[in-house]
Amino acid sequence: MIRLHKEDYEKILAHARKEAPVEACGLIAGRIDGSDKYIEKVYILTNVDHAEEHFTLDPKEQLASVKDMRANGLVPLGNWHSHPVSPSRPSDEDKRLAYDSKASYMILSLMEEEPVLNSFHVENNEATKEELVIE
Amino acid sequence: MNITVAGVKKEFEDGLTVAKLIELENVETPEYVTVTVNDEFVESGTFAETALKDGDTVEFLYFMGGGQPHGN
Repeated sequence: MIRLHKEDYEKILAHARKEAPVEACGLIAGRIDGSDKYIEKVYILTNVDHAEEHFTLDPKEQLASVKDMRANGLVPLGNWHSHPVSPSRPSDEDKRLAYDSKASYMILSLMEEEPVLNSFHVENNEATKEELVIE
Repeated sequence: MNITVAGVKKEFEDGLTVAKLIELENVETPEYVTVTVNDEFVESGTFAETALKDGDTVEFLYFMGGGQPHGN
């Protein structure tokens, strides 16, 4: 199970809506307790592709985020990105580029009026939806 | 010599390169890793020639990105 604070969800949603139709992206960090992940901080990063169908996290901002996580005693938990006009599921490209099987990959879809956020575990090019609790 | 790797200070023999450090640290999928030394990004084709010195700080960053090709 992965847990996300409601205010962090709102932060992701607001940024993704602002960036649309360009894909928005960022990192998630927090703590791990057994099989549960607790997201304590959401990072908004620049999509250096500035594209509607691709994203790449800005490496310099990624470095700064990793340092901030360490300074705050948080561990990297994965990343998030938006799909402005497609469903909340990993594309083939998303799966191919998901190198870290320990990470959670969150995808926020804005294609319908009601946004949909899902979290996935990706291993051997197979994506499995994780139980996500927004509280 | 002492090198700080991902925030942890460690001791290594002199003459260490970025490529050797990647090997020693068992970095997974090194072809997708970006390396910084003292906050400077190291060109990916130069890991074998990039020597590290005492006091350096090294970070390994995984490329993070994705895409949604047409029709997917």
